[in-house]
Amino acid sequence: MILFVQTLGWIFRPPLQGREILKQMEEVGVRSFPVVVITAGFTGMVLALQSFTGFKRFGAETMVGTIVALSMTRELGPVLTGLMVSGRMGSAMAAELGTMRVTEQIDALYTLATNPIKYLIVPRFLATLIMLPILVIFADVIGILGGYLVSVQILGTNPTLYFRRTWDFLELIDLYSGLLKAVFFGMILATISCYQGFSTQGGAEGVGRATTKAVVLSSLTILIFNYFITAFLF
Amino acid sequence: MQGMESTIKIRVVHLYKSFGDKQVLRGVDLEVWQGESMVVIGGSGSGKTVLIKCIIGLIRPEQGEIRVDGLEITSLNAKEMNEVRKKFGMLFQAGALFDSMKVWENVGFGLRQQTRLSEEEIRKNASEKLALVGLKDVEDLMPSELSGGMRKRVSLARAIAMEPEILLYDEPTTGIDPIMADAINDLIVQMKEKLNVTSIAITHDIKSAYKIADRIAMLYQGKIIEVGTPEEIRNSPNPMVQQFVEGRSEGPIKIL
Ligand SMILES: Nc1ncnc2c1ncn2[C@@H]1O[C@H](COP(=O)(O)OP(=O)(O)O)[C@@H](O)[C@H]1O
Ligand SMILES: [Mg+2]
Repeated sequence: MILFVQTLGWIFRPPLQGREILKQMEEVGVRSFPVVVITAGFTGMVLALQSFTGFKRFGAETMVGTIVALSMTRELGPVLTGLMVSGRMGSAMAAELGTMRVTEQIDALYTLATNPIKYLIVPRFLATLIMLPILVIFADVIGILGGYLVSVQILGTNPTLYFRRTWDFLELIDLYSGLLKAVFFGMILATISCYQGFSTQGGAEGVGRATTKAVVLSSLTILIFNYFITAFLF
Repeated sequence: MQGMESTIKIRVVHLYKSFGDKQVLRGVDLEVWQGESMVVIGGSGSGKTVLIKCIIGLIRPEQGEIRVDGLEITSLNAKEMNEVRKKFGMLFQAGALFDSMKVWENVGFGLRQQTRLSEEEIRKNASEKLALVGLKDVEDLMPSELSGGMRKRVSLARAIAMEPEILLYDEPTTGIDPIMADAINDLIVQMKEKLNVTSIAITHDIKSAYKIADRIAMLYQGKIIEVGTPEEIRNSPNPMVQQFVEGRSEGPIKIL
């Protein structure tokens, strides 16, 4: 929490470490992209299958497109992306900062008159904050395409009807609320993971502990906050 | 040395530091004169690293004073401490090189952060500093490609890159072969002569201490129990000091 406040404080003190931010954006974006694509694609597909089975019982098969789009944008896009990026990048950040701590690289930054919060944490924080919503947009699109694929190719739904159902009932607020969640999740996972790495103690074993803790805590916090953000926006 | 140079560069007074219920420093007193090479010797785990990390403000002591050029530093805030740190360069025990950066970027890190020099100028400066520690054509290697001795040299090059007034060495000769260790000793002596710095080295390598020290201080049970020239330390009547410099396992210092 203190780290979060200090990080916010340093964000507004120029000069920003542009080079580091770009590097981290690339790390977060590029490295997480495949995981996010696979997760979102298959989730969209399974959503289509499941909701089709359900809706068929009261003859509303054409609503599958709506349900996939709403679930992806409002809920599954941001939550699954948040969890996947926690696993992919949260662990990487904790491991990297933890290694830097136990090998005295963080001390070395201080001795070179550079504040490690500004140099290491702010770039990771900003990069995650920026990249997570972008990944969520990809997740939404790919999830919807996955649902489309299953509905049209396997379940034989009319393609134009599927898209009409998707667009007609999708509102901008659905997209926004998902992206707002993504921003929060980004802050949560970057702060927790960086904190765990930064405060690592006890050699290689400590780095392992910090990494595990970063993923578990970020994931749980994301799930808990997800409920409250949803309840607040409801 | 004594009498000739009498300005005190660093003064440590009654320094206390503990971790939990483990008292590591229990009233350390130490004076380091301008331009001298001070070596603090002591067994493993005696608190040598904790002592120099207090001096450079990486660890905050519970009690006591540390004065650098007369300025008391233990009560400074982060920003003020950052300014004081610009007087220091530090060589870490295992190098502490940034493993995501090439050698020249490591050496040029301070310049990149604190000046507006172009990349070429930084690189050129880094090459000069590397040459000073006897390395060339290593600019584009990654730290993981270096041997232990080379890592220490690169770390030394990084420590001197901003032309500090004070150099701190944490176990400069530990973990490398004896020939490389001696080469590092020579470098430390050269640094003093060429750059006119004040330095504090901590080590348990008594041979290295004799070679690089103007004065040696021995840290034992959280206190400095003896300070003197290498000659005085060698002939010290103190049985603890005798045991340490002769490297005997029997004597007043008990091994756990
Ligand atoms: N951050 C820390 N937290 C807890 N204990 C520490 C910490 N740093 C050092 N110590 C303890 O202080 C003692 C002295 O350590 P150190 O100064 O590294 O010894 P050395 O003389 O070998 O450099 C050791 O027993 C070590 O366990
Ligand atoms: Mg040590």
